[in-house]
Amino acid sequence: MTNTEIHDFIENAIKENKVMLFMKGTPEEPRCGFSLRTSGALNALGVQYAALDILPDPRIREELSELSGWPTIPQLFIEGELVGGCDIVTEMYEKGELAEKLGVEMPEDDDEIEAAPEVPVQQGRIPLENRLD
Amino acid sequence: MPTSDELKHRIEEAFPGANVSVEDLTGGGDHFRAEVVSDRFEGLSRIDQHKLVYGVFGNEVGGAIHALSIKTSTPGGDS
Repeated sequence: MTNTEIHDFIENAIKENKVMLFMKGTPEEPRCGFSLRTSGALNALGVQYAALDILPDPRIREELSELSGWPTIPQLFIEGELVGGCDIVTEMYEKGELAEKLGVEMPEDDDEIEAAPEVPVQQGRIPLENRLD
Repeated sequence: MPTSDELKHRIEEAFPGANVSVEDLTGGGDHFRAEVVSDRFEGLSRIDQHKLVYGVFGNEVGGAIHALSIKTSTPGGDS
């Protein structure tokens, strides 16, 4: 796959998925604490989202950061717009702003993001096939 | 390997008059947390505020600086 193809794939993923998370690992098996917390916030809200593991090819991250102007992973996009990384998403979750942006209710028991989500992870996301191998 | 003092000085140089604190989260010189209070953030979205701070370090974030966690605010309070 060429860099241009990777760039286009990423651009399409952001365009086609209302909630698009680029992370290290997968929601089932996050490979980094920051990615865990970010997908955990989405899981806690029970929203559907697409997730792409950036680890299989270093060019995914390079192309993504060039496109978004954001240097670190994870990166969450909602309706085509970069919302932020772990810090911003966590802060927005805690303030209820993320729920508001996604049009869902805050869970009543919102003590800890890491708390087990009521919606099983598999049902809570749109599987996005990683076709970048 | 960067130190938290080095990061703090570089942020202070880029944001004159800002109140900056940097913590080395692991002691290993690669995971940092920076809190920056500056009036430069006035009127900017959170994402643009964080981009300004990331901009100080360019490619080093994700490289030598594996992770930089950022909290920004304005002297007037929460933004």
